[in-house]
Amino acid sequence: MVLGNDASSSSLSNKNLSVLVVDDDPLIRMLHDNYLKHFGLKPLVVENGKEAVDLFQLGTSFDLILMDKEMPIMNGVEATKALRDMGATSMIVGVTSRGSPSEMQAFMEAGLDFCFEKPLTFDMIDFILKELNVNDDDDTNN
Amino acid sequence: MERNPLRRQLQIMRKSLFDQGYLDEQFVQLEELQDDSNPNFVEEVVTLYYRDSARLILNIEQALERKPYNFHKLDAYMHQFKGSSSSIGAKKVKAESTLFREYCKSGNGEGCMRCFQQLKKEYATLRKKLEAYFQVARQAGPMETACRPK
Repeated sequence: MVLGNDASSSSLSNKNLSVLVVDDDPLIRMLHDNYLKHFGLKPLVVENGKEAVDLFQLGTSFDLILMDKEMPIMNGVEATKALRDMGATSMIVGVTSRGSPSEMQAFMEAGLDFCFEKPLTFDMIDFILKELNVNDDDDTNN
Repeated sequence: MERNPLRRQLQIMRKSLFDQGYLDEQFVQLEELQDDSNPNFVEEVVTLYYRDSARLILNIEQALERKPYNFHKLDAYMHQFKGSSSSIGAKKVKAESTLFREYCKSGNGEGCMRCFQQLKKEYATLRKKLEAYFQVARQAGPMETACRPK
């Protein structure tokens, strides 16, 4: 799938989106951070679910959260549930290595908007950002 | 046709890595993240992978020395290792990781041992090939665009 023109136009509309990457794997954090920067975003990066929840409790909100599933201290399922219980309306996208269907379902049921297999690719991020921008447009028009 | 001999060599090395099944499409994704502001991104990612995954290899080795095998723990370590290997497009390493996990699920200790030995070979072979590749890449200078393998 060719990315080209979509990526360059997206980087303009993505400038004001706030993004949080939650992953205990430094390699994945580096990758996803760079992918998002490629789209004109400046993500904040944390190492586990508890740090994400702590940020929300401090009043920080994000348009998009990329949430790993398997993490120490607080995993992605727990963190997603906690964020939704606290009223977080961010788009939360689960990112996981291939797990069983029941594990994926449990992750989705925690409150995810989407769930993808890691690592994310340009196409997946492009899709996510388009969904986010569509949601933003809907909110503006209402 | 690339005129610069070093770049031509680099193209040949790169094509060989894909043709021989060492790398997959994910490596191309990494190359597409490399630009003037991030000229050594791919090498940095691969370096981080080998640094980080060494710990997991050691964990698995140690777990395989303890009997009876804790297949749940072995699977968890390999799950993580497979994720990292997928991130750099390490195709053969990823395939061995998948096989190892299947042996864990079926409780096949012998299979795990055999598979792990093969995995370590693939891991080491890929490392040597990528080190050689990046050495030539540094000498050749920045390439203009990533080329998708044919």
